[in-house]
Amino acid sequence: MAGIQLNTLRKIYAGNVEAVKGISIDIKDGEFIVLVGPSGCGKSTLLRMVAGLETITDGELFIGDRLVNNVEPADRDIAMVFQNYALYPHMTVYGNLAYGLKNRSIPKDEIEKRVRKAAEILEIGDFLDRRPRQLSGGQRQRVAMGRAIVREPAAFLFDEPLSNLDAKLRVQMRMEIKKLQKELGTTSLYVTHDQLEAMTLADRLVVLSGGVVEQIGSPIDVYEKPASTFVATFIGSPAMNLLPLAKSGNEWKLDNGANVDVKLNTDLSDLILGVRPEDLVIEELSEKFDTGLHTALTVHVVEPVGAESYVHGTIGEGSVDVVVRAPGKLHFEPGQILKVTAKPEKLHTFDTKSGKRIELEGALETA
Amino acid sequence: MKRSQFWDHVILVLGALFMLVPVVYALMTSSHDAVSIYKEGLQLSPGGHFVDTYKQVLTEAGGFTKSVTGLTMLWNSLVLGLGFAFGKIIISMLAAYAIVYFRFPLGTFFFWIIFSTLLLPLEVRILPSYEIVQGLGMANTYSGLIIPLIASATGTFYFRQFFKSVPDELVEAARIDGAGPLKFFIDILVPLSKTMIAAIFIIMFVFGWNQYLWPTLITTDESLFTLVRGMKQILQVWIGAQIPDTNQAMALAVLAMLPPVLIVVIFQSWFVKGLVESEK
Repeated sequence: MAGIQLNTLRKIYAGNVEAVKGISIDIKDGEFIVLVGPSGCGKSTLLRMVAGLETITDGELFIGDRLVNNVEPADRDIAMVFQNYALYPHMTVYGNLAYGLKNRSIPKDEIEKRVRKAAEILEIGDFLDRRPRQLSGGQRQRVAMGRAIVREPAAFLFDEPLSNLDAKLRVQMRMEIKKLQKELGTTSLYVTHDQLEAMTLADRLVVLSGGVVEQIGSPIDVYEKPASTFVATFIGSPAMNLLPLAKSGNEWKLDNGANVDVKLNTDLSDLILGVRPEDLVIEELSEKFDTGLHTALTVHVVEPVGAESYVHGTIGEGSVDVVVRAPGKLHFEPGQILKVTAKPEKLHTFDTKSGKRIELEGALETA
Repeated sequence: MKRSQFWDHVILVLGALFMLVPVVYALMTSSHDAVSIYKEGLQLSPGGHFVDTYKQVLTEAGGFTKSVTGLTMLWNSLVLGLGFAFGKIIISMLAAYAIVYFRFPLGTFFFWIIFSTLLLPLEVRILPSYEIVQGLGMANTYSGLIIPLIASATGTFYFRQFFKSVPDELVEAARIDGAGPLKFFIDILVPLSKTMIAAIFIIMFVFGWNQYLWPTLITTDESLFTLVRGMKQILQVWIGAQIPDTNQAMALAVLAMLPPVLIVVIFQSWFVKGLVESEK
């Protein structure tokens, strides 16, 4: 077991496409790190560089204390779980689990012991004689995990391992992966585009965009203090509402001229105000407070999901879609004007140009 | 029965008859003796000389030098058919493996070179091929019979397409599992190609078995004659007033047809599987 250290890793593909632009992450021993980002953000490339399936253009990669930039994947002491499982179709489950060990000339009885143990942990003991195609998706997923476990590697690498499963199974496997990882205490690097998966699994999240790290932090930190508008909209569902505001006299206005009643102690003349859908409360349902945000939106679409409803609307005449997470039992009509409010501590502010978070220390007036 | 179905059946039955009647002719004729065939022509009813004819054909030495029996020819055909099929499979799998999994300069170019040889069948290059084989002293040997024929653009192309459809993750999983190129080929790729290999084997075996031109050219020693080539020898015995042994020729034809038919019948389910689906 060991930590993994990424030192300004770079990947430049032929044709001068820079997929990974100098990423540094220090992964501690036993930590569960999730790389999350939209497709094309470089997260898979980064994982494959750690695995040794992609060459490293520049930078240093340490697994444990060993520099492994030019070490073959098989000798990096890692195991990988692939999105489509990549089981050997012509081998039995036992054969699949044992293959990597056989290639390492591990004695037969030791292989047997390890495979049985992994099979027991994953509850696939009854399928050891079957072929992968005789298994369901979830079972195949377990076999793929088993193949990683038997190797007893320094680190597990997961490449979107749950995206081929149906929604229910995904939730179940998600929990099992987390439990398993805690039990084994193996350092893990997990790639996903699903922010919910990322939030629930990670000890620390790494949010990537365009080949650079947007933010590293615990899921709650990232959720509560997104470092940029990108992170703010990517983590959390529905996404954070972003209101580009400009100062006009003493008031903050949207670019369509609509007034937004908010007090911000800042010298900036424009900024982006962020507020999560669940932090926007319908005024009638909320305690009264004078500070924070007060505004009214015109309801367009309501998405009832049972326990709650997502109310989509706009402030003034315009295209800025604002989502409010309202209790499910309320009824809304399109065209209705809805007064909403948010507490000052629930507001986020970002720079208009860079999209980076601005901490207005004591600037958001609290009552 | 619906009208359209009726006509479907008529067409099918006619087609089947068209294919089968010549075979039945050959089989029935081979059970008569040479004299009655000479007098009465080809036969559609069984005669009384079935066992005699086949025994004679299989065991009695024939040809000019009287050094080749039907059994020898059958054996030669088998060697050619199997050598041809296995040779082609091995060569084309290795070629396809190199083309698909290794990046080397001009790889694609070489593939298209191989592919373009589809336009150059043996008949086109037969004289230079003969010259080379002759020069290497391989005339009248099994290797001379087989080796010049085993480079296969078709096979390479089939395997290339198949290998390309094998998911990349499988290669990567194998790499992480510590399988080098050779191990990956033998442990993963070959077992995965099983049905594909069976399909190619059938096609190539039949193709090799039925080779006529090349064996005719390269084997002058009668003990190396294949069935397809030897058959002609018998009908050519028009020396003097001798009656041609049409019954024996027909028996040889039947024998020559048998193994390919058996192979196809036995392996047909594999054959279809190999061409339409793959275990992945």
